[in-house]
Amino acid sequence: MEWTRRHLLGLEDLSGEEISYILDTASGFREVSTRSVKKVPALRGRVVVNAFFEPSTRTRISFDLAAKRLSADTIEFTSSGSSTVKGESLIDTCRNIESMGVDTIVIRHSSVGAAHRIAGAVDVNVINAGDGCHEHPTQGLIDIFTIRDVKKRIAGLKVGIAGDIAHSRVARSNIWGLRKLGAEVFVVGPPTLVPRSFEHLGAHVCHDIDAILPEVDVLNMLRIQRERQEEGLFPSIREYSRLFGLDGERLKRAKPDVLVLHPGPINRGVELTPDVADGPHSVILDQVTNGLAIRMAVLYLTTRARD
Amino acid sequence: MKRLLIRGGRIVDPANRVDAVGDLLIEGDRIAAVGDVGYVTADAVIDARGMLVAPGLVDMHTHLREPGTGEETIASGAAAAVSGGVTTLACMADTEPALDNEAAAEYLILQGKRAGLANVLPIGAVTRERKGTGLSEMGGLARAGAVAFSDDPRPVEVAEMMRRALLYAQMFDRVIISHCEDRSLSGSGVMNAGPSATRLGLPGIPNAAEEIVIARDITLARITGGKLHVAHVSTEGAVDLLRKAKAEGVAVTAEVTPHHLTLTEEAVFGFDANFKVSPPLRTRRDIEALVRGIETNVIDVIASDHSPRRPESKVLEFGLAPAGAIGLETLFPVIYTEIVHRRGLPLPLVLEKLTSSPARILQIDRGTLGPGRPADVAVFDIDTDWTIDPSSFRSLGRNTPFAGWKVRGMARHVIAGGRCVLGGPEGKTP
Repeated sequence: MEWTRRHLLGLEDLSGEEISYILDTASGFREVSTRSVKKVPALRGRVVVNAFFEPSTRTRISFDLAAKRLSADTIEFTSSGSSTVKGESLIDTCRNIESMGVDTIVIRHSSVGAAHRIAGAVDVNVINAGDGCHEHPTQGLIDIFTIRDVKKRIAGLKVGIAGDIAHSRVARSNIWGLRKLGAEVFVVGPPTLVPRSFEHLGAHVCHDIDAILPEVDVLNMLRIQRERQEEGLFPSIREYSRLFGLDGERLKRAKPDVLVLHPGPINRGVELTPDVADGPHSVILDQVTNGLAIRMAVLYLTTRARD
Repeated sequence: MKRLLIRGGRIVDPANRVDAVGDLLIEGDRIAAVGDVGYVTADAVIDARGMLVAPGLVDMHTHLREPGTGEETIASGAAAAVSGGVTTLACMADTEPALDNEAAAEYLILQGKRAGLANVLPIGAVTRERKGTGLSEMGGLARAGAVAFSDDPRPVEVAEMMRRALLYAQMFDRVIISHCEDRSLSGSGVMNAGPSATRLGLPGIPNAAEEIVIARDITLARITGGKLHVAHVSTEGAVDLLRKAKAEGVAVTAEVTPHHLTLTEEAVFGFDANFKVSPPLRTRRDIEALVRGIETNVIDVIASDHSPRRPESKVLEFGLAPAGAIGLETLFPVIYTEIVHRRGLPLPLVLEKLTSSPARILQIDRGTLGPGRPADVAVFDIDTDWTIDPSSFRSLGRNTPFAGWKVRGMARHVIAGGRCVLGGPEGKTP
């Protein structure tokens, strides 16, 4: 197929074929990281701005490194050091960045639709690195890539995603991507964090992790933020952990080849106990490694589409 | 006394059950004769053949921001009103400072008179500074000319405060206009709750946030005997609650906006904050219930909820932009095109909700064309298609959800208090 998109805003917009094309491209780039000289000239002379209006360590570093491995020049832009604190609007900030001759803006923002608004306002490629609770397409791609790498397929797999689904952009991107590639998705957690309306996205809604445990091929354990407990969406971390946390005991009831994912950062002892996080079923560090290849693929394909 | 003849239009005056082609004679600031006026001499003549001659519209829900933010002035709001055929507009109390005292109400009326275009009427705050903690001096507000009381766009959160307001306002025979929203349920919501909000990851505002407070206020109106008017109804459940309350004889009336009648939550999918309103745009099913509410007179009024916002605030991220849409200049064309022309609801029924019905709720002598009444008249061209262009608005606001809509129903001539404030006569009788 021919890749034609200049922006990556979300997996909802992509076809299954397009998603597979990114994954295949990423497979090719994965090899670069194993060389002694970890660099290819694909984006030489290009400028990639990492505009992070929300704290992030791994996503920001991963995008930065991915761009550098493609030989692009990269600029870091974080909101604490930017003019947004002085009251400049997001669109004005991005127009300024555009005027400096930038090719791609990678944007992380706490507002839903931030990447979409920028894509409509400036003539620069836009990669969504997370917009509010909406989408985090590269993380979705990473998780799917990691699953496909081990299981050799996505179609027909049963994937459980546990945690604060309502407020999770990772969950949404995973649901879209996995559904488009033919997997069955179960979202799991208390009803205050996993509303019924997720059925409209094509996921099964479930409030008992033990009920799906023997069924699933993959468990993606999302991070639980303590602020949700402070908001009163569940009574305590202790109770959450008892009802939905994955420990060695619980894992025994899962399929012997079940795959455990976590997009990080982990609350050890909350979503996952250390023995599970570091155990044989865990592919958590593979996710991080694969993140580079996915982001290289996305930067490369969108840049090529612009040419 | 000057005589103005509006000749040959289709005169629709819902309050007097008039819908016929005829002439309308104005003498000074009053209507002198309607229908067959016989042979008269006039100082000026407006040729209204092929056009709709209606009472000047009464928009009982607007925000004019003066004194306040500069997003509108009373003069610019009144100019927007007359260009939309609105000759009477009631201004909500969310000015800065709040319209919660006699002097503030008198100032609004004075500024309206200075603008000299439309009748601008104050709605006083229910509570001091609209803070919800103590009643405003409703007596002074009423004496100055406040036609109703409301803390809109804020709810009166405490039920006991609403109960007292519904009791106290009875001394002045004024209605309490309620912005029905349970803020613990609407929370940080920015759009309709449901599958679309789930999909977009935007916090949702459930129907229950509106319906719970409507149910509360209906109960309070029943036990107090006070008059309640529910602002901007947006859900099917709300229409059901109102239907039931009216059947039981509770003194409750209700309004709906053009945007809630014509737009669904799907409009926000592009993250354009011009579609961010309060209450949020709902679903197709809610729209159908609202239209049935109009047909069955469960909904009494169509009002714009004209809420001007600065352009720079509406280009913000959807979650951060303020809610609100302007509507004075699009009120009639959108309603005529979508509700009368496209859906086929009777023009007199719809026009009643834009004229005599709000006038009755506010107890003002406006909104009809009977002889002896104030000469507020709007002449609309209902045959020519045109496109809504925000850059042509007389409002200082540009935040319309209807930009680019093809509509009919342009105001060609508007007479307020006997004076031509839009268009005007081309000649006089021989």
